Amino acid sequence: MAIENAVSAEEIKVDAKKMHVSDTDVAIDIVGMHKWYGEFHVLKDINLRVMRGERIVICGPSGSGKSTMIRCINRLEEHQKGKIIVDGKELTNDLKKIDEVRREVGMVFQHFNLFPHLTILENCTLAPIWVRKTPKKQAEEIAMHFLKRVKIPEQANKYPGQLSGGQQQRVAIARSLCMNPRIMLFDEPTSALDPEMIKEVLETMVGLAEEGMTMLCVTHEMGFARKVANRVIFMDQGQIVEQNTPVEFFDHPRHERTKLFLSQILH
Amino acid sequence: MQEHDLSWVRTEMALAQAAPSSQVGAGAWMRKNLFASPFDTALTILAALALAWALPQILNWLFFSAVWSGADRTACLTTEQGGSLPAGWTGACWPFVEARLGYFTFGRYPLEERWRVILCGVIFLALLVPLLTPRIPFKRLNAILFFAVFPFIAFFLLLGGYFGLPYVETPLWGGLLVTLVISYVGIVTSLPLGIILALGRRSKMPIVKLLSVVFIETVRGVPLVAVLFMASFMLPLFVPPGMTFDKLLRALIGVALFSSAYMAEVIRGGLQAIPKGQYEGADSLGLGYWQKMGLIVMPQALKLVIPGIVNTFIGLFKDTTLVLIISLFDLLGTVKQSISGDPTWATPQTAKTGYVFAAAVFWIFCFGMSRYSQYMERRLDTGHRK
Repeated sequence: MAIENAVSAEEIKVDAKKMHVSDTDVAIDIVGMHKWYGEFHVLKDINLRVMRGERIVICGPSGSGKSTMIRCINRLEEHQKGKIIVDGKELTNDLKKIDEVRREVGMVFQHFNLFPHLTILENCTLAPIWVRKTPKKQAEEIAMHFLKRVKIPEQANKYPGQLSGGQQQRVAIARSLCMNPRIMLFDEPTSALDPEMIKEVLETMVGLAEEGMTMLCVTHEMGFARKVANRVIFMDQGQIVEQNTPVEFFDHPRHERTKLFLSQILH
Repeated sequence: MQEHDLSWVRTEMALAQAAPSSQVGAGAWMRKNLFASPFDTALTILAALALAWALPQILNWLFFSAVWSGADRTACLTTEQGGSLPAGWTGACWPFVEARLGYFTFGRYPLEERWRVILCGVIFLALLVPLLTPRIPFKRLNAILFFAVFPFIAFFLLLGGYFGLPYVETPLWGGLLVTLVISYVGIVTSLPLGIILALGRRSKMPIVKLLSVVFIETVRGVPLVAVLFMASFMLPLFVPPGMTFDKLLRALIGVALFSSAYMAEVIRGGLQAIPKGQYEGADSLGLGYWQKMGLIVMPQALKLVIPGIVNTFIGLFKDTTLVLIISLFDLLGTVKQSISGDPTWATPQTAKTGYVFAAAVFWIFCFGMSRYSQYMERRLDTGHRK
């Protein structure tokens, strides 16, 4: 079965031995979570336990609530019922707790959300300096370290508007990493990119996975899902319809809705 | 079939060539900007004719026929009016402005104390110029001196009564001094107040939001003249007898509150233009509300609405002339008073000369603000700089 994506599974090189999933250490625990937009029930009975080191890919048709779900994990969206516990801290209206969770959870957005009035370096040092109170010089060293890792240290003094989409997304990843997060959320990180740039971003994400980062990734890059994820979650109409290992998920989907979805994106 | 062969491969990459002469040079500029279409050509010719008709007359009145020196009104009178200029003469009477320049600048501020105003102006410029020049360092210290320390220096220096300086009561102040004092206070207070009101209006806290909305809508719903009247004539009715507010202070408060309501709406417009992603980006990094607003949202919002902010500043600067109705004499007020109340210079040309002078002074200040704001807009435009 060939996969119609900009980057095929064959192109993604992963060293699977490096990726280790903890058996006992729970990173995120979502229990019976519901969410409404006004009258509209967007998320229904979400139950998801993510162990430390897991790489989870979440897919599903648009409007299925996959973005909303991962945005609940760092409280960009508020849930109305059920529990979300991140790194042992339950998300409630307690603003202090929310900020604590956000410090430990990095997020990468579809449209990068870099700060256009700041240079690349300033984008990366802002949160460490103001939130973590890291001295400026040290923050800049950390930022340069991560900019080197995403392979764009030479752009440090440019503004986001001067970079290509792929470069901007790699800066966004570096910006998150500068806060030294224990969990990374990716909300369709490659959906706004040209095919040539998707690969460079995916490679950065593979690198993270190999370092044992706990990752939740909303994406339609099925090659990435197959090679990097240890679990694929399929959502439809605000609920988790099916989850499985990538091999089982792609080769033997069980739910009718999953089969229909896969038949439309895979040829 | 050869002509239907769809396969083709470029063997050599095309090189970039110089643009044709129709694209560059003065001729191209004129064709593009002045004579692009028959309508444009007609407009260009009409404008040129209008300039050719008006410009010589204006220049003649302002400079060539103008009187440049003289001790009193007779210098600017024609023979039939009792002077020595030829009949039918018309031109500016500049000695009038020269003679009254001190009054236009300081009002009735005592002659021997005017050095205090001049010193104040020198300090003002010495702080303002480096603040507005991006290349000069120590911006933070400079801003603190300009916005926080200078008001106190100006207060003690201008008002006096301390440190052996004689007290100069505000009714003696006038002219450009009053215009600048009101403008400075209005500008320096309306921007921070406007920011707070704009944030308040978009706040999720209902009481804060309600108070901001009520304040903004009330102040915007009333003309400045009414605010000044109320501050000047109504306020004393409500405070216990014997307790007086300085009239200038009342005008300052009125103007500052008035312009802060307008400023709030301008800034709110900027806040609404900031994409939700910027808030989410800041949130996801764990920035608190004030950090998010102060470091991410406000810098971008203010940059977007520089034209609107400067528009409000310019409006405020010109609105200071309205303090005349509560008997404070700003620049225009002193000019007007000199024209109507000074028999030494009563000539048919005095009024024109005086008002042209006042207009020119206002224009210089407003044009300066406008140009500087355009410069800042270009400088701060990092969004799409390639």
